[in-house]
Amino acid sequence: MNHWIIAPVILPAMIAPLIAFVMRYDITLARAASFASTLGLLAISIGLTVTVVDGDVHVYRLGDWPAPFGIVLVLDRLSALMVLLTAILALLTLIHSVATGWDAKGRHFHALFQFQLMGICGAFLTGDVFNLFVFFEVLLIASYGLMIHSGGVARMRSGLQYVIINLAGSTLFLFALGTLYASTGTLNIADLSQKVQQIPTDEAGLVRVAAILLMAVFAVKAAVFPVQFWLPGTYANAPAPVAALFAIMTKVGAYAILRIHALIFGPHVASMEGLPGDMLFVGAIITIAIGAFGVLGAKRLMPLIAFSVVGSMGTLMVAVAAFEPRAVTAALYYLVHSTFAAAALFLVADLVVSRRADDRLTAQAPVVQNGLFAALFFGGAIAMAGMPPLSGFLGKLLILDALREPGHIVPAWTAILAGSLLTIVGFARAGSMIFWKSTATPAPLPVTDTPAPEPAPATALEVAPSIAALALLAALALLAGPITRYLDATTGELFDRTGYISAVLDENNAGKQIHDDHGRDEPGEPQADGASVPHGADDAEAHEADAEHLEE
Amino acid sequence: MELLVASAIGVLTAGGVYLILRLRAFPVILGLSLLTYAVNIFIFSSGGLAVNLPPILNKYAPDQAYTDPLPQALVLTAIVISFGMTALLVMVALGSFLEADTDAVDVPDQDGEDGEDGKRETSR
Repeated sequence: MNHWIIAPVILPAMIAPLIAFVMRYDITLARAASFASTLGLLAISIGLTVTVVDGDVHVYRLGDWPAPFGIVLVLDRLSALMVLLTAILALLTLIHSVATGWDAKGRHFHALFQFQLMGICGAFLTGDVFNLFVFFEVLLIASYGLMIHSGGVARMRSGLQYVIINLAGSTLFLFALGTLYASTGTLNIADLSQKVQQIPTDEAGLVRVAAILLMAVFAVKAAVFPVQFWLPGTYANAPAPVAALFAIMTKVGAYAILRIHALIFGPHVASMEGLPGDMLFVGAIITIAIGAFGVLGAKRLMPLIAFSVVGSMGTLMVAVAAFEPRAVTAALYYLVHSTFAAAALFLVADLVVSRRADDRLTAQAPVVQNGLFAALFFGGAIAMAGMPPLSGFLGKLLILDALREPGHIVPAWTAILAGSLLTIVGFARAGSMIFWKSTATPAPLPVTDTPAPEPAPATALEVAPSIAALALLAALALLAGPITRYLDATTGELFDRTGYISAVLDENNAGKQIHDDHGRDEPGEPQADGASVPHGADDAEAHEADAEHLEE
Repeated sequence: MELLVASAIGVLTAGGVYLILRLRAFPVILGLSLLTYAVNIFIFSSGGLAVNLPPILNKYAPDQAYTDPLPQALVLTAIVISFGMTALLVMVALGSFLEADTDAVDVPDQDGEDGEDGKRETSR
C-alpha cells in the first residue's frame, strides 16, 4: 500500500489545527505554515500524478480492512488530476490573499483555508459514498467560514443563504444515501457499481430515486439548474481569493457526478434507462442560458464573473451529461480550463475593484495601472468566453466535436455557441465600461481639502497569481495535444469499471475470503433464479423475520 | 412499527420543509433541525427495523440474531455533523441578524443599489 495516497488529507488536517491553536496571534507564522502546507500538498499531488501515469488504480485501505467493509481511498488518474488542480489553484489563491492582505482582515483565514483543502482532496480521493458526504461537510464547513471572512452586511446575509442551501443539500444527500443503502446494502462505490447493475428493471424504483437525489445534491454543488441560484450571490459577495478558491468547489460537484454516475448509475445500467444523463443534459442547457443572460444583465463586476462561472458549469455539464468517453475527455479539459479561468478573473477583478469606489459597472476615474489591469481582464475574459488563443476555445471546440448525436447536437451547439456570444458581449460591455470609458472620465473634485489617498499600485506579488493563472491557460492551449492524450487515458480508466472494481474489491486474499459468501453477486454470473435480491434488502428481510420470530 | 416510523419521517420532513420556506432565520433553523431528525430516523431504518436485537455479532452465541450495525454507525456520524452544522448555522444567523437588523433569509437586491430594501419587513 502506498501511504502517500492519504497524505493530501492528512497534511492540511495536521497543519490547520496547528495554525488555529498555536499561531492564531502571529499572522507571519500562520502564513509561513500555510505556504509550507500548500507547497507540500503541491509536491505530494505531483508525486501522486506521477504514480498513476502507468494506469494502475491504487487503493488505500484505512486500518487495512478489506474493501466493502472498511473505508478505502482510491487513487486513479482522475483523482490525481483533481488533487493536482486543487493544489495549484490553492497556491495561486494563497499568494493572492497574502499579497493583498485579505487573510489579515479576519481571524483564522489560514486554518479554514487548510481545512477546505483537506475536504476537497478527501472528496476527490474517497472510494466510499458516505465518506464523500463527510468530506463534503468538511469542505463546506470550512467554506462557510471563508465565505463570511471579514464580515459586512452583504457578506453575512448571502453567507446565511449559502449555509442554509448547503445544509438542505446535505440533508438530501443523507436521504439519498439512506435510500441507496436500503436498496443495495453497501456504500462502497465499487461494490455499489456491481450491485446496482444486477437489480432488475422492475425493482429498480428505489435505486432510481437514489440516483436522482444524488444527482440533485451534486447539482447543488455544481450550480446546475434548477439549483444554481445560490452561486451568483455567494461568489459575488465572498472575498475575492475565496471566490477564486471556490472555483474548485463547483468542480467537486462535477467530479462527484462523473465518478458516481459514470461508475454506478451510468448508461450501462439498464434499469436507469439513461435517466440521470437526460435530466442533467436539460439542466445544463438551461444553466448555460442563465449564465449567459446573467453576464449580459449584471450591474456589478463580481456578479458578472459569478454568472460567467454558472455558464461555464453549464457548458461543462452538457459534456458530462453524455456519459460517453469522448465527451468526458472534452469535459475534463474544459474543467481544468474553467477552474483557472474563473480564478484568474476573480483575482484580476479583486485587483481592480479594491482600487475603485465599488464594483459597479460605471465609468469612474481610471485607477492606477489601468492598462495592466485591462490587459489582464481582457485575457481572463477571452478565456472565459472561449475565444482563441486561450484554452477556452479549444475546450468548447472539443465539447462541440464530441456532441454530435442527433438528440444532442441542436440544443447543445445552439446553447454553447449562443451562450459564448452573449458572454463575449457581456464581458466587452464590462471591460469597455470599466477600462475604456473611465479614461475619459475626469477625476472627481475632492470634496474635502485633504484628497483621498491615491490607491497604491499593485505590487509584483499581487499581480503574479493572476498572470500565472493566465499563463497556465496559455500552456493548456499550447500543450493541448499531450494533455488531451493524458485525459483520454483518464477517461478510459474512468469508464473501465471492471478495472476499478477489481482493484478496490479483490486486491488481497483477506478480502477475497470474506467475499466468497458474496459469490452469487459477482458480475457476469448468470442469474439462474432470476430473483437477484440485493444484499441490504435480503438482510433487512432476514432481520424482519428474526424480529417477528422474537416477538412471537 | 414500519407505519409509525414512516409516518414520523414524513411528518418531520413536511414540517421541516414548511418551516424552511418561511424564509426567516429562526423558523429555518428549526426546519433544518426537523429535517435532520427525519433523515437520521430514515438512515436508522434503512438497515431494516428490528426490535430488541443487538447491533453486534456475539461469537459465543453464533446463532443469535443481530441487527445491521452499519446504519447505526452512519447515523452517529450524521448526528454529530448535523449538530455541528446547526450550531454554526445559529451563529451565522445571529451574526447576519445583528449586522443587517433583519432576520429575513432572502437577500433583497443583488446589485446593492437600494440599501433601504434590506430592512423591509416581509410578512411571509
